[in-house]
Amino acid sequence: MDQHFSRSEMLPPLAPPITERGAVKWMRENLFSSPLNAILTLLGLAAIYALVAASLPWWLNSVWNAESLGQCRAIVAETAGEGATGACWAMIRERWHQFLFGFYPPDQWWRPILALGLLFVALAPVLFAGQKRNMAFLLGGIAVYLVVTLTLAETPAAAFALAVALVLGLTALSQVQPGRLLWFTAIYPALCFWLLWGGTVWAPIVAMAGFVLLYLVFRFAAPVIGLTPAAGAGIVAAVLWWLYLQGPVSGLLQGALPFGLRAINSDLFGGFLLAIVIGVTGIAFSLPIGILLALGRQSDMLIVKTLSVGFIEFVRGVPLITLLFTASLLLQYFLPPGTNFDIILRVIILVTFFAAAYLAEVIRGGLAALPRGQYEAADALGLDYWRAQRLIILPQALKVSIPAIVSTFIGLFKDTTLVAFVGLMDPLKGVTQIVRADIDWKGIYWEPYIFVGAIFFIICFGMSRYSMYLEKKLKTDHR
Amino acid sequence: MAMATDVPKDSFRLSMLVYDTRYRSYTIQIVVLLLFAMAVAWLLNNTAQNLAARGKEFNFAFLWQRAGYDIGQQLIPYTNDSTHFRALLVGLINTLVVAFWGCIFATILGVIVGVLRLSHNWLISRMMTVYVETFRNIPLLLWILLSYVILSETTPQPRDFRVTDEMAAAGEAPAASMIFFDTVAVTNRGTNVPAPLFERGLGSVDLGFVTLNLTLLAALAVVAGSFWVNHRLVAAARAQQEATGVRPATWWKSILILFGPFIALMAALGFHLEVPELKGFNFTGGILVAHSFTALLIALTLYTAAFIAEIVRAGIQAISRGQSEAAFALGLRPNRTTRLIILPQALRVIIPPLISQYLNLTKNTSLGIAVSYLDLRGTLGGISLNQTGRELECMLLMMLIYLTISLIISAAMNLYNRSVQLKAR
Amino acid sequence: MKKTVFFGALAASTLVAGLAGAGTLDDVKARGELICGSNTGLTGFGAPDASGNWTGFDVDLCRAIAAAVLGDPTKVKFLPTTGETRFTALQSGEVDVLVRNSTWSFSRDSELALDFVAVNYYDGQGFMVKKDLGVSSAKELDGATVCIQTGTTTELNLADFFKQNNISYQPVTVADDSEAQRQYLAGACDAYTTDASGLAASRATMPDADTHIILPEIISKEPLGPAVRHGDNQWGDVVRWTFFALLVAEEKGVTSANVEEVATSTTDEEVKRLLGVSGEMGAKMGLDNDAFKRAIAAVGNYGEVYARNIGEGTTINLARGLNALWTQGGLQYAPPFR
Repeated sequence: MDQHFSRSEMLPPLAPPITERGAVKWMRENLFSSPLNAILTLLGLAAIYALVAASLPWWLNSVWNAESLGQCRAIVAETAGEGATGACWAMIRERWHQFLFGFYPPDQWWRPILALGLLFVALAPVLFAGQKRNMAFLLGGIAVYLVVTLTLAETPAAAFALAVALVLGLTALSQVQPGRLLWFTAIYPALCFWLLWGGTVWAPIVAMAGFVLLYLVFRFAAPVIGLTPAAGAGIVAAVLWWLYLQGPVSGLLQGALPFGLRAINSDLFGGFLLAIVIGVTGIAFSLPIGILLALGRQSDMLIVKTLSVGFIEFVRGVPLITLLFTASLLLQYFLPPGTNFDIILRVIILVTFFAAAYLAEVIRGGLAALPRGQYEAADALGLDYWRAQRLIILPQALKVSIPAIVSTFIGLFKDTTLVAFVGLMDPLKGVTQIVRADIDWKGIYWEPYIFVGAIFFIICFGMSRYSMYLEKKLKTDHR
Repeated sequence: MAMATDVPKDSFRLSMLVYDTRYRSYTIQIVVLLLFAMAVAWLLNNTAQNLAARGKEFNFAFLWQRAGYDIGQQLIPYTNDSTHFRALLVGLINTLVVAFWGCIFATILGVIVGVLRLSHNWLISRMMTVYVETFRNIPLLLWILLSYVILSETTPQPRDFRVTDEMAAAGEAPAASMIFFDTVAVTNRGTNVPAPLFERGLGSVDLGFVTLNLTLLAALAVVAGSFWVNHRLVAAARAQQEATGVRPATWWKSILILFGPFIALMAALGFHLEVPELKGFNFTGGILVAHSFTALLIALTLYTAAFIAEIVRAGIQAISRGQSEAAFALGLRPNRTTRLIILPQALRVIIPPLISQYLNLTKNTSLGIAVSYLDLRGTLGGISLNQTGRELECMLLMMLIYLTISLIISAAMNLYNRSVQLKAR
Repeated sequence: MKKTVFFGALAASTLVAGLAGAGTLDDVKARGELICGSNTGLTGFGAPDASGNWTGFDVDLCRAIAAAVLGDPTKVKFLPTTGETRFTALQSGEVDVLVRNSTWSFSRDSELALDFVAVNYYDGQGFMVKKDLGVSSAKELDGATVCIQTGTTTELNLADFFKQNNISYQPVTVADDSEAQRQYLAGACDAYTTDASGLAASRATMPDADTHIILPEIISKEPLGPAVRHGDNQWGDVVRWTFFALLVAEEKGVTSANVEEVATSTTDEEVKRLLGVSGEMGAKMGLDNDAFKRAIAAVGNYGEVYARNIGEGTTINLARGLNALWTQGGLQYAPPFR
């Protein structure tokens, strides 16, 4: 008799032991895998608990509506009992605009807002070269941002319509001919300058015309006298234009076709507006100088190399704060007697030098990362030095350096807070000091620091994430 | 295509300066040099004119005038009768002290955090990530201001340490008490730590502008001597191990050599601690470490450590897994794997960026301005500048000193870097 | 390189405040704006409010000058300067006049090439302590920790005072007034020393003002006043006499409210000259004849300025003391307006 006792169906699997499933398993593996880890976990938990226990009541007792710190304290004492502490966000509620715009007139806030939005439009072709989808997302986002914030800032209807039309037009352009968007990037500095400082529209246009002049001289002189002399002649022509013709010409044009925005003095700039203006212009203007310095440092020419190295090492060897004091105390010694210009501009000049030295090192890293064969191939094709740099070397080197350039920018942006020490209104110390000089808010400490710190964190963290994304993307492209 | 012909030798034309690549680089260099010289001359000329217009002259004689102000933290003797130059030295030493301890603490903390970030412990690695990202993305200035506020707001006042007669009678404890066996008092003015004193100190020798403390020198000499002897001992033990395969026990000899002479010296000099004591308004005796110093040090440490942690993490991750697997296959324990295999390789990746972090930290000490820490910028570039009105001299001198410090640090670190890099390449 | 040149040129065309010409007065008139070096924020003396308008005792003097020179008290640009940057800002022509609690002292007058043209506030350095410290004189502060602002004359005075009395102290340097106040309140220093006006202002804003006392010793003279560049006498005269005009106005009972009425009805010859009714006083200085009248109309007389910003009844609550008119036992004395 063949009787087989075999199961026709599987037993249902037993539940894994309690230590091997669900939260317990996860905790065993991730938190208590060894005695050392267990101790670390407990220590970590204790630290978190201490932090939360110490600060939670303060956060929970936040006051949003009050007219002075004293009133805040009274409200906290009333609602949470004597001796309780609480945050007084009413100060932020009253003064948030000084942290963002400084003393920029409220009815003109739309100008910095628009300038910021257009900054990203100008960056789009650099950030997402040729990626139409990403560009569409970015530009769409900017359009939404502008519509919302410009409405909130009560923008004059004409400016509002123009701004939206401009962004939509550029969006369309980015989808049809993404390369052309670079033209917008090229004129952006002048546009931004005009938006922020106002005044006649002709000044920036005439200044930009200097570049056109430079190009034209170069273009038509190059076949006759060669590249290098032509470049020199172009620069000389442009400098002459800026020094002697710019003022009269723009005055003339303004007389003929008056068009401009209300001029805003730079002493009204403050808060994050100031930080972003200094940071962005510093990086933008330092990029060409940094490239030249990096090339100079790589150069075979002894004198050029020595000067470049000397400049880079000097600037990198002293603290930024001494350079800022140079801007405020010394720069006027070095300029012809009687020259006198704006402290913000002086600070920007020194910050530009500072950033240029750091960027030069970053770009040098990018140049060094290129395989030797690239240089040799360029030579083999018979390209001269500048053509080789422009067509072969720099595009690759700069691409590799973008993440490091972004980190440099983050560092520079954080360092803009130091301008408070030369009397400018940076968001962290300058504006805070002004707020605290008001008798209503005397004695407020944590709230402004937390507010400003949070904004810095959001901006810098966002940028560092972007740079990590870029790094990853570039890596797959190259290796 | 035409045959390339030799360039005719003796027909130099002026245009070749521009068109001939052999000469062009000279032309460019000379033009650059001329432009540079012109720029420098222009700047110097402007400066001279401006100085003349303001009725000032460029000289450093003010450095030998009486300074007239007091400095809270002074590691070399200084009174308000000392010269501005002396104040400069005090400030310079204050700068170097913060930079030195900052580099050490930041390295220790940075390595720990960098390693913990790679830990398998979910909570700890997340906490470390939060720490690193928070500190990296918020300006250092904020951390300095915050740690200063926290230090002076959360610590007790000196009077809280006082035991009045009524309290003693009632058996009550004061609101605050000293820590570390009643030797260290943390108040909201600073940290009072015991001072080492010697009953039979060796005195000091005055060498003009520096005073050499012979006691300190003797201690340093003894320590250095001990280390040298110990080094010889270990070397001898290693030689014996290589020759015979048996390593003689050296640990107790090492301990004896390293600590014995030092303890003997201390005993001979009559070493004892002067414990701070509450007298009048303040703790007296001992050494007062001001909160401006502590806050600056803490903020610099935490901020730089976040960057160093990233460097360490990247360095460790740069070592391929195969390396540690191979080490395990050889039977090395995790501890020795880290020490013998991972670390030496990771160091090569870590050190170059570490150098720039040290430089950054040193330069960032100038942010002590935010808490009025009287470092080089605070004395020479701050009060001295302000009292004498010699901004040109003060600023140039200050930049020169910072530049020298930076160059020395980077030279020293590059030397070290060369010693750990792969030799054969 | 070329971009900096570009930017420099851009600056030259749009931002340059103008080359400093022969005299500051002409520069100010040409510019249509007075640039006044101010504090970065000191309660009562000079600080911007929520909408960015500067107010304060020093600020009003700037406004008076602007009203006298340009006819409009709002045509002032306030440039915040720190203790370190203030004198350089003035020397280099970045500001036209510095009205920023600066002490008139020998070395500043001589070495720094500044001219202090008047004293708008007579002050002196004092000490503030907590009442329960049980100290009634600064000479009992032996061994105390003292909070002190850097970059001022106060640190020198403090060193001298303790040295003269042969007692010791521990200095805690702080960056600004609000920081000093925080440290003092937290007990990080036993005493806070600065100008007595600053102490009073600080004390007035403390949550429990009664528990703090200002010690009787005033250890220094601190004549605070507007400063101009050395060598520009015409401009110095304008600043000096604008200030004196405010003093004379108080002496003669001319206020911002009644200035128009007084100008038509007065029989006092000095008031007539002051208000430009007779005597061509303004023209002698390169100003309009009614320049000082405009200044008074804009900010009021010295007493009004004082009362509005720091006087009794304001939060700062400073008695006139030394700053009362000479007729009332103070030191404020204007030379005759003739």
